[in-house]
Amino acid sequence: MTDQLTGAQSLVRSLEHAGVDVVFGIPGGAILPAYDPLMDSTQVRHILVRHEQAAGHAAEGYAQATGRVGVCMATSGPGATNLVTPIADAYMDSVPLVAVTGQVPSRAIGTDAFQEADIRGITMPITKHNYLITDPAEIPRAIAEAFHIAGTGRPGPVLVDISKDALQATTTFDWPTHIDLAGYRPVTRPHAKQVREAARMIVEARRPVLYVGGGIIKSEAHGELARLAELTGIPVTTTLMARGAFPDSHPLHLGMPGMHGTVAAVGALQKSDLIIALGARFDDRVTGKLDTFAPGAAVIHADIDPAEISKNRVADVPIVGDAREVISDLIVAVAAEHEAGSRGDYAEWVSLLAHMKATYPVGFDAPNDGSLAPQYVVERLGALAGPEAIIAAGVGQHQMWAAQFIGYELPRTWLNSGGAGTMGYAIPAAMGAKVGRPDAAVWAVDGDGCFQMTNQELVTCAVNDIPIKVALINNSSLGMVRQWQTLFYESRYSNTDLHSHRIPDFVKLADAYGCHGLRCETPEQVDATIEKAMALDDAPVVIDFVVNKDSMVWPMVAAGTSNDDIKVARDLAPTWDRED
Amino acid sequence: MSRHTLSVLVEDQPGVLARISALFSRRGFNIESLAVGPTELEGVSRMTIAVNVEDLPLEQVTKQLNKLVNVIKIVELDPDAAVQRELLLVKVKADQDSRSHVLETVQLFRAKVVDVAVDTLTVEATGSRDKLEALLRMLEPFGIKELVQSGMVAVGRGPRSITDRALRPADKSA
Repeated sequence: MTDQLTGAQSLVRSLEHAGVDVVFGIPGGAILPAYDPLMDSTQVRHILVRHEQAAGHAAEGYAQATGRVGVCMATSGPGATNLVTPIADAYMDSVPLVAVTGQVPSRAIGTDAFQEADIRGITMPITKHNYLITDPAEIPRAIAEAFHIAGTGRPGPVLVDISKDALQATTTFDWPTHIDLAGYRPVTRPHAKQVREAARMIVEARRPVLYVGGGIIKSEAHGELARLAELTGIPVTTTLMARGAFPDSHPLHLGMPGMHGTVAAVGALQKSDLIIALGARFDDRVTGKLDTFAPGAAVIHADIDPAEISKNRVADVPIVGDAREVISDLIVAVAAEHEAGSRGDYAEWVSLLAHMKATYPVGFDAPNDGSLAPQYVVERLGALAGPEAIIAAGVGQHQMWAAQFIGYELPRTWLNSGGAGTMGYAIPAAMGAKVGRPDAAVWAVDGDGCFQMTNQELVTCAVNDIPIKVALINNSSLGMVRQWQTLFYESRYSNTDLHSHRIPDFVKLADAYGCHGLRCETPEQVDATIEKAMALDDAPVVIDFVVNKDSMVWPMVAAGTSNDDIKVARDLAPTWDRED
Repeated sequence: MSRHTLSVLVEDQPGVLARISALFSRRGFNIESLAVGPTELEGVSRMTIAVNVEDLPLEQVTKQLNKLVNVIKIVELDPDAAVQRELLLVKVKADQDSRSHVLETVQLFRAKVVDVAVDTLTVEATGSRDKLEALLRMLEPFGIKELVQSGMVAVGRGPRSITDRALRPADKSA
């Protein structure tokens, strides 16, 4: 195709060639030329959000729910800087995202022009790669490369900043059929020798544990993971980013490790003699105090990003590769060991962990004052919404409860901001997930603090027929911070009381936004209210669950302490000595 | 801490220097010296970066550098198997009494006088860091008015070139 077109038309055509079906964004001066041809695209649906941050999180939610690259668009200056938080979020959680921003005309770059910000410079440390395009002829290649980089290897965000004059100029369209970047060739095939060594260690171990991270979901390796777990009989822990990668109902599943992980999962890592880390990164929220983490364990660490291996914990067997290929090869190698007569004997270990799992399940006490336990709300929501529902959480106590008390059976049903911990993620991410998976029920489990950061997007949902449902866990506080104040600051509640018991009135607010607003204040109302929300599909639904504000997230490994010091309740440590 | 010399082949793209220097500072490393210039390959620049760092963090920063899309290849040069050179320009006080002594020192180090004024000489010297430091120690008593020094450039000894296989597919993964 050598017909003449504008840079803006070339951009829209490039997005079409990249397979984009939806873009979340807001127009403005510098990106305005792109919005004109966008109006005519029959393939690309643009969803006009109310704040650029939400465009980014919606694109993340879309990407995490579908596995495709999410796309957001904003204008120069403040439009672009409002994307910084979701871009940083996507970088931390390896979410494939392409952000397209308008830039001031190239002759004005560097002059502090109106709405100018060096968004390429600003996003350098939080993108996988980024571009500043001032030549319209470069638009198709930049977009093609952006999608290639965002979606392959370890996924991540890529920003393409395009000057207004490049969008307005006349150019030709030439879509690259082949992308070959000398400096970007992710290794997906694992080294056979390393895999064989890993298999040998697996059959020789006595107390092995699979430490599974978000990479399993990204590489669609959940099927292979289940086969590996069943072939070997090795127990599985799924990190916050990997909830759903392995069915919670599976007997080998110990739950989530980390600061608010289960005793069985945290203890299994601590006491293991072999950690098999797959697509996980030994985050501080998982390891606790690093030098006391899993002191007796050898480590097999498989990751597609070589820089993650031995970053925090030195790996005895490093394996660089795509998780799905690594696990497939591991299955073959372990099966070969089995055929040769070496098979791991983990019976005692598995039995101990099963005992710990049964002794210390995640649980909660009903509040003495008859108020609603937030954990109960989340637990009932999980039971009623079912394993097919997609849950998007904000950040804080409600996020941890949603990770603990909802059973996840399927990948891509749990979306949250894990690495960055971005409050306000839930509503826009749920919106993006619902756009990508309109057939699925999508619930945002949000706190009243988070909700007040991004709830304006309920308007976007209402007017664009995106009927998400919101379970608002309203404890009138910044609950997790309050919990830390209770535990570590002598219950001095500095600036954590949001006074949001009725201000704002979330039911009326939902109504004002064109959504259904429901309220639930007692345990008896919980099921009926959730069922009512499930029956409403003509508009978004918000349930204001008014809950006890003193409920805390347990178990807990306090920040900076050892996983050995996990508490199942305040001042209560689990015991690993079995009486039987 | 030990001193390491990294040779980094990069695509000659705007912003690439910013990406690399920012990565070092973000990961908490201080660049001791940095030199950038073209190579025998069009569109490919070479950076020589000297850092003072332990081995394990060096491995981490090298891996992080490798993740930059514009970075094509990174090689750590062993000082014993590489030629390392820096360029020094120094303006030394040299009046009638001291001029001959200064010139003697310059000759001793096979340096060159590149500019002369009534009471100064400007000396150009190239060499290893040790040699240049020794020269400066000798010149200091005369009085140094101005000193400017380049980053180090380095090349491995022997017939092989780091650009040989750099641009062939899959080399980065090997």
